Amino acid sequence: MPSADVVEIAASPEAIAARLAASRYLADDSLATAIFLAIRLSKPLLLEGAPGVGKTEAAKAVAELLGRELVRLQCYEGIDAGHALYEWNYQRQLLAIRHAGEHEIDIYDDRFLIARPLLQVLRAPVERVLLVDEIDRSDHEFEALLLEFLSDFQISIPERGTIRAATQPIVILTSNRTRELAEALRRRCVYHWIGYPDARREAEIIMLRSGDVAEATARAVSNAVQEIRARPLAKPPGIAEAVEWANAATILEKGGSPWPEAFRRAIGVLIKDEEDLSAITPELGRIVEEALA
Amino acid sequence: MRRPQNLRPAAAPFLGFARLLRDHAFAIAPEQISSFMQAVTLLGPRSMNDIREAALSTLAPSPDRRGEFEAHFRAYFYGDAKPSIEAEEDDETRVKDDRGAREEENQVARQEKGGELSSELEQLSSRDFQHDDDGLGQFRRKLVSALPARRSFRTIRTRSRGTLDLRRSLKEIVSADGDIPSPLLRRRRAVPRKLLLLIDVSGSMKLHTADYLKLAHAAVQGADRAEVFTIGTRLTRITSALRIRDRGQALARAAALVDDWDGGTRMGPTLLAFLSVPRFSAFARGACVVVLSDGLERGSHAELEIAMRRLGARAFRLSLATPLAGDARFRPATSALRAILPVLDDLVDGSSIGSLTDFILSLARPAPAADSIWKRVS
Repeated sequence: MPSADVVEIAASPEAIAARLAASRYLADDSLATAIFLAIRLSKPLLLEGAPGVGKTEAAKAVAELLGRELVRLQCYEGIDAGHALYEWNYQRQLLAIRHAGEHEIDIYDDRFLIARPLLQVLRAPVERVLLVDEIDRSDHEFEALLLEFLSDFQISIPERGTIRAATQPIVILTSNRTRELAEALRRRCVYHWIGYPDARREAEIIMLRSGDVAEATARAVSNAVQEIRARPLAKPPGIAEAVEWANAATILEKGGSPWPEAFRRAIGVLIKDEEDLSAITPELGRIVEEALA
Repeated sequence: MRRPQNLRPAAAPFLGFARLLRDHAFAIAPEQISSFMQAVTLLGPRSMNDIREAALSTLAPSPDRRGEFEAHFRAYFYGDAKPSIEAEEDDETRVKDDRGAREEENQVARQEKGGELSSELEQLSSRDFQHDDDGLGQFRRKLVSALPARRSFRTIRTRSRGTLDLRRSLKEIVSADGDIPSPLLRRRRAVPRKLLLLIDVSGSMKLHTADYLKLAHAAVQGADRAEVFTIGTRLTRITSALRIRDRGQALARAAALVDDWDGGTRMGPTLLAFLSVPRFSAFARGACVVVLSDGLERGSHAELEIAMRRLGARAFRLSLATPLAGDARFRPATSALRAILPVLDDLVDGSSIGSLTDFILSLARPAPAADSIWKRVS
């Protein structure tokens, strides 16, 4: 069961959406509902979506709305229990053995234990939010290890026994869907697919996230980005790139470049793939002019 | 889970919906059904949208089947007409678009007229099923060890030729109360690279697609990680169908998944569609990519060129196996082939199962780039 203060914060999906907006994260009804359900059902939240749609940002915003520290576990090929759960500080243990001489020492004391993200969260579940970022990059073995953790929220350390979370921690997993995750993992989580926002919402996000971009510029950028994303690009631009494009174009415009030219010159912050750039460049003028109209 | 007769009447529709999804091959666990009901209660529900959101969050349909899920939801809760979508395998993903429908018709018409090309294709169509079967069994067994290897980020213990495994060595020392046993070594494990087969199922490849599917089945059965897609006017992933051990069943299942058999060719756009799905294009990274196609792109080949260049940039080795190369007179003379030749690592004979299996089993051996070989020949 979630604690009383968490229930108070997560009173409804609308309350979540309002608090996320205060953290400068605009969530649609579906995402706010998924976050609400994950918190109230005490289940991990699995966010899937294309790169750049704001999955990690959502986790940061959830930590902020709950007033907790975010503990991030970045996954990669080869990540194992030593990187995710805990590790003994063997060097310190060896030194302690040498210094102890004939005296008895407990080399499995807390001071020799290096708590990795999962253990950190188990020890302080009401103070932290765990983000397991890009779980799709890890191996199947690590995913299985995580399943065990997510089922019982406990870790067994042979020398110390089992450490169990007093209350279930809030866990957010993200995946870019570069590989299919195990059904067992999806089953244990509240699931939400984050898509690219529509033009209106993206313009709102740009306004919220950028420095001093005019509303018309934000709308033009969001329209142009929608058009660009509809093409088969190797790396479709994410929301962060759209915000950067609006910012960069505004800076160039203030520096003396007229509007369509400012967008064209700043395209490097939006499209970061040489082939995508050469595919888009011939049409960029038309796309920008239509977006500005 | 409680028996249905003990359920409160209000809960029955939600259980019924979960059962409906199960009947349509959605993997729904009992704990998901109880979460669904809890979620509905938590949300009010104040509207049908709350029930929909609760279902999406807790029953977690995969994004590929979201449309099907929505159709079942509307049919069940709103009484809309039953969805016509047939149940698919859970992990089956199709990327399809109809933009090329008209183009497809045109191409079929053009192919019918083609005299010289058609006769050349027919010349290369002889198949020996008995021989193929034997070859494929051996191919399947040899494949894992024959594929090129890469060094994994995972390590294995080794007695020699490794780096010091400090973590485990220190652990040994600590458990021996400070005594120094012999240090433990580890080295990065060698794992076979992924194999990606992209099979052209257009009309001009009609005589070869059956053989290619048999080969793909053997590859999926034999390799640690292999993916197979068909490309024609659409892109279809058939890997999960080919995972069925029985070849007859597997091929029948794969055949049912693909609905652009013997159609036109839109290789460029289809390959770009493949690259635009992150899950698919990630598979091409560091993989041995073999495109089984005659490379006969109709119209402009600009998109094919872009797609092949992108594939080449991701792949460890990009090969094109064309049945046309079975003819000694074959030269990569078409403008599409000439354009993609510089990005190809291999341009080889794909006219028979034997030549293809020999080629795939030789992928680990270095070879000169296709461009240099074909320049010498022509």
